[in-house]
Amino acid sequence: MSSNTDFALAIEDLTVSFDGFKAVDNLSLYVDTNELRVVIGPNGAGKTTLLDLICGKTKSTSGSIKFKNKELSKLSEHQIVHAGVGRKFQTPSIYENLSVYDNLEVSYPQGRSVMGSLLFNRTAKVDARIREIAGEVFLEDFLSMEAALLSHGQKQWLEIGMLLIQDPELLMLDEPVAGMSVKERELTAELLNRISKGRSVLVIEHDMEFVARIAHKVTVLHQGKILAEGDMKTVQNNPDVIEVYLGH
Amino acid sequence: MGEYSIQELTSIFAMQGFAGLSLFSVLLLMALGLAIIFGQMGVINMAHGEFMAVGAYTTYLMSVISETYFPWFTQYYFLFAIMASFFIAGILGYLTEFILIRHLYKRPLDTLLATWGLSLIMQQTFRSLFGAREVSPTLPDWLMGSYQPTDSIYIPINGMFVLGLTAVVTIGVYILMYRSNWGLAVRATTQNRIMSGAVGINTKKIDRLTFALGCGIAGIAGAAFTTIASTGPTSGSLYIVDTFMVVVFGGAASLFGTIASAFTIAQAQSILEFFISGSMAKVLTLLTLVIILMMRPEGLFSIKVRK
Amino acid sequence: MNFLYERFLGGKNGAIGLAILAILILIILPASLDLFRLNMVGKYLTYAFVAVSLVLLWGYGGILSLGQGVFFGLGGYCMAMFLKLEASDIESTSIQSTPGIPDFMDWNQLTELPWFWVPFHSFSFTLFAVIAVPAIFAFIIGYSMFKRRVGGVYFAIITQVIAVIITVLIVGQQGYTGGINGITDLKTIHGWDIREDSAKYILYFINAFLLFGVILISRFILTSKFGRLLLAMRDKEDRVRFSGYDVSNFKIFIFCVSAVIAAIGGAMFTLQVGFMSPSFVGIVPSIEMVIYAAVGGRMSLIGVVYGTLLVNSGKTIFSETFPELWLFLMGGLFIAVVMFFPNGLAGIWDKYGKPHLDRIPKPKFLSSAKALISNKNASSVKDSK
Repeated sequence: MSSNTDFALAIEDLTVSFDGFKAVDNLSLYVDTNELRVVIGPNGAGKTTLLDLICGKTKSTSGSIKFKNKELSKLSEHQIVHAGVGRKFQTPSIYENLSVYDNLEVSYPQGRSVMGSLLFNRTAKVDARIREIAGEVFLEDFLSMEAALLSHGQKQWLEIGMLLIQDPELLMLDEPVAGMSVKERELTAELLNRISKGRSVLVIEHDMEFVARIAHKVTVLHQGKILAEGDMKTVQNNPDVIEVYLGH
Repeated sequence: MGEYSIQELTSIFAMQGFAGLSLFSVLLLMALGLAIIFGQMGVINMAHGEFMAVGAYTTYLMSVISETYFPWFTQYYFLFAIMASFFIAGILGYLTEFILIRHLYKRPLDTLLATWGLSLIMQQTFRSLFGAREVSPTLPDWLMGSYQPTDSIYIPINGMFVLGLTAVVTIGVYILMYRSNWGLAVRATTQNRIMSGAVGINTKKIDRLTFALGCGIAGIAGAAFTTIASTGPTSGSLYIVDTFMVVVFGGAASLFGTIASAFTIAQAQSILEFFISGSMAKVLTLLTLVIILMMRPEGLFSIKVRK
Repeated sequence: MNFLYERFLGGKNGAIGLAILAILILIILPASLDLFRLNMVGKYLTYAFVAVSLVLLWGYGGILSLGQGVFFGLGGYCMAMFLKLEASDIESTSIQSTPGIPDFMDWNQLTELPWFWVPFHSFSFTLFAVIAVPAIFAFIIGYSMFKRRVGGVYFAIITQVIAVIITVLIVGQQGYTGGINGITDLKTIHGWDIREDSAKYILYFINAFLLFGVILISRFILTSKFGRLLLAMRDKEDRVRFSGYDVSNFKIFIFCVSAVIAAIGGAMFTLQVGFMSPSFVGIVPSIEMVIYAAVGGRMSLIGVVYGTLLVNSGKTIFSETFPELWLFLMGGLFIAVVMFFPNGLAGIWDKYGKPHLDRIPKPKFLSSAKALISNKNASSVKDSK
């Protein structure tokens, strides 16, 4: 087991192999509180797998994932969420048949046990919190709309809102602006800057312009390994990175 | 087992083992068709047993026709009956896919219910056409009798024939699925339907033919079935649960898994049957399977893949 | 008050639907049918328990169990064991070689009551067992399957295999279970003869009230956050899991609840029909019970009761007159419901019936009641009818 650190998220020597193929290979990554980190890299670099590993969707072969010095890699998915980790999926993953309000309410971090959910009551406090979050993700006017009817960008926001209502300390977003209009991208960039206060945010993104606007630090993955790390400028000028992106 | 001598036990194992091989053959033929349909298309076909019965009744019909009108043909009709079973069950499968299955691809549980409804209709059709009584075709002479390697071991020839037939069909399926362009297209469609469509594979046609092929193989299973048991309207449904267990236990996408699991299940049941009652043998086999599946839901022979 | 109204009755639509059903079952049918027919309706209504259990499990949870007959049977057998023991006292079985044990045990050369039969001498234990046995059995199955994320068609097939195992076991172990004939010749509960006319009436009403109780509890479950989570899981299981819920616990719970509901139906079946046999346990009855739910509307607690009544009346009428036609019809029903009416009768009602009803001016007391309850709740799941 690795030692404790001051970082919010400390990933050390993480490896996962699928039938011999190492999708994430001996990777170490540290993220601070209040930091917004963007992970970039060509397709198949292991970005989504990395998020899968942190949130418990995939179990690692070896290595450690520590969040606030708590080992995550042995926990089940819901325990990881309870530890303060929230994750948005690449394609917006919301409950299409429920209203926006219900989507948020279902995500409200109370009544998480069987009995708790049976006896859960929609108190004024819950209602206020749902409306507050809906405002934050620009959906206050759509509360009673069935989620299936939202635009693609609004679905992305809704999913972010479903995470925010749980007030996670580590927020992981897989391609949050895919399918968004220019205006929506701007709003999202503001949103991300706002919500990275007091927590750590890990974003996977392809759109370099967007990355430049939000990233505090960028990590470049390639074939499951870290190729480069640093601020956007340094990374962009790194010859290895240029080679990987333009070389083939 | 104390009352049996070693030699008797050997004979028992050999003969029960061989009886198990006949069961193995029918299960494998059934399961091959089902595994193709389930493994490649994700469709649960509850009427699969009835497609087997279609094959069995086709064989019976051919037998009756050749006996009545072409007595000289009775020694040879069986080989043609196998082909006819394949094509008739296959054509029915093709129509089923066209009329029913293709509307339900994204709803596996509904497909299950709809094909169950189809199986009821088919069973009643058999009953109306052929009566509720079980029927058997007249088997040609060369399928009768048995081979006797030692004094106490009899091995029936029809069993060996069915085993041979199963081997031929299995090899045929292997070549078709893994060595032909068509099989490549089928597997590509399974892996990525949209992409396959984009590179010019007619995925709808592939689905229809895959389903027809699976049903056709069930038809062959039906022809084979007539050599070891008689056929009634519900004969097919008796095998459907066992067949599903073979497919699930073997891991739906693996041909080797299907063969190994059909072998294990048939042998376990057949050998157990000699020592305890048939019903308890079945309970014990199925219970073991369920417990193994609870521990390893993805089946015994699947590999870890990246999602 | 408002809370109870919304959560147990399901608001206005739920309350009206329930009232109409209650009038039909508690007043119209008992008043218009002779005892023989009413007893038959009572039998159908025991299947409606299974249909309601499938609304929870399949309609909302998306978990298709093809083994609900097993739970129906477990409840029925528990009740039948008690009744059989009471019918097999030393006096009435004095001609047996071992008096005091059920006749089929004697026929199978058993000389002693098997240990698991012994507690069923007690009626209160029996009532407890009707609930506990299926619940524990469902918990074991559910725990081992859902914790390992077995779902969808795999779950359906495995529950079906379990139905086969239990049926073969019951049929094969004649001496302990009564075999293929089941447990028959059931007579009294503590001396109260369940075969008498008055008893049949009483049992019919007990059954009906239990059914309403089960519907109310189911409604409570479905209108809670639990109900919304079930729908959410059905559509996006991963999202629920990554929102911090232990999905398997929810599935295990709803599976156990549905097992208990089915078992209550089974116990009431035994009481009203007077026997229990493996023919209500296996694959065929289990999947037939699914069609009751499908015809009624898998998302509607009240619709499935109508579905059950309709399919069973149809079955009785047809199998009396054209037995061949029935299987065709039944098969066609499976296909038609799945392909054209996925929400069953309730769906048809919502589409064609209700809009007309809504246009009819409402009596005054109803509209004031409506004003009373339509305060907030801008958002609610679009579900229950």
